[in-house]
Amino acid sequence: MSTSTVAPPARPVRRRLHMGTFAFDVLGIVVALTWAFPVYWMVLSALTPNARLRQVPPSFLPTNATLINFQRAITDPGFLPALKMSLMITLLTVAVVLAFAFLAALAISRFRFRGRKSFVLAILIIQMLPAEGLFIAQYKMLSTLGEDVPALGLNSVLGVTILYSAAIIPFTIWMLRGFVAGVPLELEEAAMVDGLSRTQAFLRITFPLLAPGLVASGVYAFLQEWNEFTVALVALPAGSAHTLPLWLREFLNASANRGLDWAQVMAASTIIAVPVVIFFLLVQNKMTSGLVSGAVKG
Amino acid sequence: MAHSPTTRRRKKANRAPFLLLLGSLLILLAGLGYPILWQIITSFQHFGLEQQFGAPPTFAGLENYARIFTDDRLWTVVGRSLAFCFVNAFATVFIGLMVALIMRAVHGGVRIVIQIALLLAWAMPMVAAVTVFRWLFDYRTGIVNWLLTSLGLSGFDNYAWLSHALTFYFVASLIIIWMSVPFVALSLYAGLTQISTDVIEAAEIDGASRTQQLRYILLPMVRPVLSIVLLLQLIWDLRVFAQIRLLQDAGAPVSDTNLLGNFIYELGMGSHDFAGASAVSLFVLGLTILISWPYVRSLLKEDDQ
Repeated sequence: MSTSTVAPPARPVRRRLHMGTFAFDVLGIVVALTWAFPVYWMVLSALTPNARLRQVPPSFLPTNATLINFQRAITDPGFLPALKMSLMITLLTVAVVLAFAFLAALAISRFRFRGRKSFVLAILIIQMLPAEGLFIAQYKMLSTLGEDVPALGLNSVLGVTILYSAAIIPFTIWMLRGFVAGVPLELEEAAMVDGLSRTQAFLRITFPLLAPGLVASGVYAFLQEWNEFTVALVALPAGSAHTLPLWLREFLNASANRGLDWAQVMAASTIIAVPVVIFFLLVQNKMTSGLVSGAVKG
Repeated sequence: MAHSPTTRRRKKANRAPFLLLLGSLLILLAGLGYPILWQIITSFQHFGLEQQFGAPPTFAGLENYARIFTDDRLWTVVGRSLAFCFVNAFATVFIGLMVALIMRAVHGGVRIVIQIALLLAWAMPMVAAVTVFRWLFDYRTGIVNWLLTSLGLSGFDNYAWLSHALTFYFVASLIIIWMSVPFVALSLYAGLTQISTDVIEAAEIDGASRTQQLRYILLPMVRPVLSIVLLLQLIWDLRVFAQIRLLQDAGAPVSDTNLLGNFIYELGMGSHDFAGASAVSLFVLGLTILISWPYVRSLLKEDDQ
């Protein structure tokens, strides 16, 4: 149930706003257009033949829409390897992070133990640390490691997965902690009174209730690492190991050396952005309702 | 509520929490613990060309710190980063607040349109967003120069925004504000909807004008949310690196446009001065912990409940 005590009861405000509201509506539309414009311009440019894009004045509506730019971007020799690299790194990271963070969240929300407080403080501080304060050392670590174990070195899936997992695990633990704490222990205890073992009670009662939280945390981790640029820049220097964000940068720079085909570059940007945006918009609801149901008592 | 387990369980579960934490601890030690330790050690060592070729590093005491912190380049970059961080964080929160107040004042349909537009911008991958802004501000065929020249500002004909430090930072700020306002506006709007309508109606009956309602009721009541989002923006804007790096690809003068992260990158990846890069990195980490301390403390309090 996602009935909540926090539903905004904002209706009665409406009545007093007849005169000024119209002006605010206009202002609101301007704000919406301003924020949507770069995204609109990206998609529009991607659908426009490059020759048309160079003409003055520019066209603000699609004319002679074409998919040729998308075809050119996708058939770039770097695209498929980058897609594969991104998928492998991101999915592996999400799997590792969800499994370990879930266990850690159980530990800190269901147990009191010595060092618990220090651990919570540590993950809170760690999640604030910027990648820019660590990436040179991480680069050095992977390059040294790679001399003996290439599978963990620079340009390796596993090496980056370790760095990504470490970066995202503190926040994921913190997020899951909230969900675990939202499932009352009494539910589990009641099931145990009815004769289930502790493990059975956990698997049959608590775990299903945590599913929305796991989905939300997993999606969040996925989006973060799918879009990650900074660590990838130092840890995946070889062109053959690039992820999609690095590929887009290369695609733009390569195009700049040939006189910049912005239509193709915008098609490449759109290809990267559209799945992420759709994914984000789809789970936006799930994430909030997941968060709300975590806070509502069973 | 459901926190305190029985003593029976505590005894039985003595080792359980540590086993549960093991995986996360190992990942954190490998991915963050070791690099930080390496960074601390390296910052006290000579780590030059000979070490690149395998000679054992030698102890340098505070030499690296002395060298880096008497370097004018560092202080220029620190000043620039702090200015950039403050301007962007305050601008983002101010604009976000305005957008949240507008969202509160418009009809439901318009509000949904604004929400969708904000979510679009929020969801855009950073690299794609920077790429789009490079196209908007392209000096030959970009829409911004076309618009400004059409308005009669002929100085912007073929103006290369990204080649001059000042306009470079202007574009970088626009990207960062465009990307960060959605989070601020939606959080503040959520905060504003929590304010009971009774309070506002009472103020209206007492004859409070809109400005007075804003100043004496709305703003004080969203202050907690306001200070949290401002703090988060300050922390996030201090670490800006990727946007700058990507914009520099357009041919900007690198040393005039570097922020702290970029300076570290140049030191480490460019000049292979790993000792110096480590010293500056530790400085940045310390600065981050200092700024984020109030936020961390407020989260810790949440954990106590």
